[in-house]
Amino acid sequence: MTLIQRLIFLMLLTVGLTWPLKAAEFENFEAAIAALPQADFKSLPELLAGIAELDDQRVSSLFVHISQGEVYFQKSDKRVFYVLDQADGSARIIDALNGEVSQDIEKKQLSKVKTNNRIRSDITQLQAQLNLNHPDPNIRLTAAREMLADVSRISDKRLADRQNKESDGDVADILSLIAALKQFSKDDAVSQLSALTQLDSTLEPDVSQVLAAASQDAEHYSAEVQTKIKATLANIESQRNLYSYAENIFFGLSLGSVLLLAAIGLAITFGVMGVINMAHGEMMMLGAYTTYVIQQWFPNLIEYSLLIAVPAAFLVSGSVGVIIERSIIQFLKGRPLETLLATFGVSLILQQLVRTVFSPLNRQVIAPEWMSGSWQINPVFSVTFNRLYIILFSLAVFFMLLIFLKKSALGLHVRAVAQNRDMARALSIRSNWVDAATFGLGSGIAGIAGVVLSQLTNVGPNLGQAYIIDSFLVVVFGGVGNLWGTLVSAMTLGVLNKFLEPLTGPVMASIIVLVGLVFFIQKRPMGLFPQKGRAVE
Amino acid sequence: MNYPISKFSSPLQRVTGLLFVMTLYVVIANTFFAPDSFWHVSDYSVTLLGKYLCYALLALAVDLVWGYCGILSLGHGAFFALGGYAMGMYLMRQIGERGVYGNPDLPDFMVFLSWDSLPWFWWGSDSFVWMIVMVVLAPGLLAYIFGAMAFRSRVSGVYLSIMTQAMTYALLLAFFRNEMGFGGNNGLTDFKDILGFSLQSSGTRLTLFVLTTVFLGLAYFICHRIVNSKAGKVVMAIRDAESRTRFVGYNTAKYKVAIFTFSAVLAGIAGALYVPQVGIINPGEFSPINSIEMVIWVAIGGRGTLYGAIVGALVVSYAKTRFTAIMPEAWLFALGGLFVLVTLLLPKGLVGLWPTVKTKAQQLWPKEKAL
Repeated sequence: MTLIQRLIFLMLLTVGLTWPLKAAEFENFEAAIAALPQADFKSLPELLAGIAELDDQRVSSLFVHISQGEVYFQKSDKRVFYVLDQADGSARIIDALNGEVSQDIEKKQLSKVKTNNRIRSDITQLQAQLNLNHPDPNIRLTAAREMLADVSRISDKRLADRQNKESDGDVADILSLIAALKQFSKDDAVSQLSALTQLDSTLEPDVSQVLAAASQDAEHYSAEVQTKIKATLANIESQRNLYSYAENIFFGLSLGSVLLLAAIGLAITFGVMGVINMAHGEMMMLGAYTTYVIQQWFPNLIEYSLLIAVPAAFLVSGSVGVIIERSIIQFLKGRPLETLLATFGVSLILQQLVRTVFSPLNRQVIAPEWMSGSWQINPVFSVTFNRLYIILFSLAVFFMLLIFLKKSALGLHVRAVAQNRDMARALSIRSNWVDAATFGLGSGIAGIAGVVLSQLTNVGPNLGQAYIIDSFLVVVFGGVGNLWGTLVSAMTLGVLNKFLEPLTGPVMASIIVLVGLVFFIQKRPMGLFPQKGRAVE
Repeated sequence: MNYPISKFSSPLQRVTGLLFVMTLYVVIANTFFAPDSFWHVSDYSVTLLGKYLCYALLALAVDLVWGYCGILSLGHGAFFALGGYAMGMYLMRQIGERGVYGNPDLPDFMVFLSWDSLPWFWWGSDSFVWMIVMVVLAPGLLAYIFGAMAFRSRVSGVYLSIMTQAMTYALLLAFFRNEMGFGGNNGLTDFKDILGFSLQSSGTRLTLFVLTTVFLGLAYFICHRIVNSKAGKVVMAIRDAESRTRFVGYNTAKYKVAIFTFSAVLAGIAGALYVPQVGIINPGEFSPINSIEMVIWVAIGGRGTLYGAIVGALVVSYAKTRFTAIMPEAWLFALGGLFVLVTLLLPKGLVGLWPTVKTKAQQLWPKEKAL
């Protein structure tokens, strides 16, 4: 064969591979099976395509077995069997028609229905078609989506059949998209234009690909149609932008809620007590390690591990916080800068402690089943469950804290001590205990934040350091001593970050946010929502 | 008062005197004693000592703003690193054709990024004089702009500390980027020589060490003059009661900006002296933990006494070298413990311990006083 001949052969081969399959017609599955033993490489694809047209439960298992090379027939009476080789060398022989296991037939008596790569690839295509008839609507939906990429794979007749039978709304939508695309591929401007009106508001990426290709194709699409295509594409694009905004906002809110969780503990210790807790990040780290330890202790309860870890982390970090307050911070009252240094020392000790106990390597925290997966709202916008839960969870923690401070007796005492320590003491509030409880509360919430972080980042000794600066900035930006300010600032910073990221890259985005914050604080030293009145100085 | 020691009674004289003696000893011991002699000071030790003295200079800068003006800067690491980068850029250009890629103009990492010309901010980086200008200007300008904005809008206390930390953190992130043109993650390294003298030779090392002590002595002298001047009194008044000082009629922001900028320049010089001795400058120097460590030197040594800062820097750096060599695990425990203990028990630092011990001793043995 010369080179040119080879090339032509190759071209023919590829054309052959993508050619729509011709289908043989059969009365029923039994008739098709009866035809199978006569088939050779040439006629088998046609035969299989015919089988795929049949509305029969047994078709899909036949296809699976053919592509595995497990279909045999008996030479004498042309009965077809599936032969499944067992691990012990014997074979289970099953009748293809009724699914009964035959005991009296030897594998030797049978001969194989031969397949090749071409046939196997046909079968994968046919299986997608078959899945359109699958009882599970989710499988039908996936199959229909796959079909969108190449609508020539389904015949008009079958599509119409399917559309009539389809009960599920989502699948029906995709099917009508397929119909529209089919209509669009026809060579007359009227049906192309009417197809375009149907395709106008779809976000399926395959559809816009077809449209984009068509807009380059002046041969099949007249100028009038071309303008309509452009308009449709622009419309799709603008909708897509809208959803990418929505996605940015969602990502931003999820980042913001992580910041919120990390910062509200600080907002309490820093805003209410005036203590700069540099070990706050390490409280989060302890919370994350608590999650890890709980998963190690109860390997059977992975699904519930986070639910156990939240109170456990609150207790662990909270009690460490109380210990720190009683042993160090209470002696440094009114000297905020020195609490910074001392708690920084504490943070170094805690980091090294974790390194010594758990090794400096990152630990693996498993995400429970219910945290994974996503909620696909449309083809370009989906919401992952873990982010969604984190947003909801952090808001829940925030409001619980708010209610605690506003409604409970201890909360009242905390606020009283924050506003005027001496007066609170004069009214018989034990300010020492209130301090310990406040610091414990702030640290405990940091522990809870750690549980959340364990689902997002690596759990290692440096986990806390990465968040401490951000958390302080959130508190300062929002206005110290103002929980609502913390909420607003966390969400603002989160969303801002996510909107900058696509423009500048993640690192540059955080640099811009940091520098912006530094400038902002110069302009408004007390943050977004400054405290008013006597408490200021 | 008749004892000859009284000539060295002021801290200024003691510190400069001690520095002079130490330098003299190191120079003699390094040059004249044989390497196997007990008295010999190896090149390695000279460089190590030079490094400590750079830290001491840096601590002096921190003490000037924190101890005397009450500005707890958590961003002095940034000024230090900027000075270091200014020096590093100069040293980088001195490599010339000896780099791996042998490009006479472009440093290796730029060739690696396939840049074809120097970015604008590398302009003049092959000139020694320009390098000196940049060592002063880069940290000075940043501190001036930052200080002018912050102090004029009366950002103070904790807020200022957090802002300075955010500043150094932003710089850390920025310098990690390859596109910044400062060597990214790896920083600037592989230096060959300075003003034509090889950085590996013991003569250059000794000279750098002597230069460092000279700068430290000079800086100490100037700081001493500043804090004892009338302006220094105002600065201390700002530390103790800023509002009152303002009400008396002083423009406190101006004083704060001036002292902050001067301190930043000192830190920059420390960085510039540090880089040729250590042989590398990378973005890690910007990391917030470094800046906090500097504050700790001052706290441990004793804030508000210039010599305390020097003592603190030397003691902690030496302890760090020893500890990390013997038991690296324990170093963070020790450092963390030091932070806690010093802030709780020694609010005046190590040098504050001495007068307490002295008065205790005098109470115990009153006879000595009678002598």
